[in-house]
Amino acid sequence: MTVTDVRKDPQNLTMTLDAEFDATPDRVWELWADPRQLERWWGPPTYPATFTSHDLREGGRAEYHMTGPTGDQPKGYWEITDAEPPHRLSFRDGFRDADGRPNSDMPVNEVDVTISDAGGGRTKMSIVSIFPDTAAMEQLLAMGMQEGLTEAVGQIDAILAGEPARA
Amino acid sequence: MQVAPPDFDRMFGALADATRRDIVRRAIDAEEGVAELAEHYPMSFAAVQKHVAILERAGLVTKVRIGRRKVVRTNLEGLRVARRLLDQYEEVWRGRLGRMAQLVGEDRKEPPR
Repeated sequence: MTVTDVRKDPQNLTMTLDAEFDATPDRVWELWADPRQLERWWGPPTYPATFTSHDLREGGRAEYHMTGPTGDQPKGYWEITDAEPPHRLSFRDGFRDADGRPNSDMPVNEVDVTISDAGGGRTKMSIVSIFPDTAAMEQLLAMGMQEGLTEAVGQIDAILAGEPARA
Repeated sequence: MQVAPPDFDRMFGALADATRRDIVRRAIDAEEGVAELAEHYPMSFAAVQKHVAILERAGLVTKVRIGRRKVVRTNLEGLRVARRLLDQYEEVWRGRLGRMAQLVGEDRKEPPR
């Protein structure tokens, strides 16, 4: 199992995922730093991503678009706020309009990535994702980012975990 | 495109408190009124009543009349709606992390699915 822990904080609209990889921190950093590798995981198979620019330095930017099953191409960008290879990456992930400019009407999602040596040749990566508001989350999820939707719907969090279902 | 119910923020706010989460959990199956619920917590009846009112406004619990009693019951559908967004976003990242693992060759150890 790759994902070792997931913490969701509905009040602060924050989600934290911890994952472990059987690889070195440098190898895991490459997944972010090499745009061709990044393209192979950022979008789901139904919405593959193409990065047209990629400057992973503080103050740098990356631009991408995704291609949906009907040919729709939502455009996005990253604004890099911190980059310390191979341990830390922070960026703001937003949408671009048809002209390719950042769309200020669309939500921006902050992502903080921490990569650390877990010992034994393994690497821990933590992803913290922060949303401005619930409407922003709705929009992001509606933009072709969702996958496993059917499985996710109907899932209930720990409040219901272990409780018998009402007959 | 999904449309958020208008009281979405209220729902998240209501679930942000540990006592209220516990009330929601108990009220799934227990048929307790506010006074009975209040016995579970080291706080006044009024304080628990206030928590229940917040949950009620958020659409997470409803008061149901059973005979001469009024019991607090969890609105399961409301709870599901409140959690769905974060669940969906978790799925997005689980998908990404799974693909990352595949790229670094971790999944070679597991039979293909």
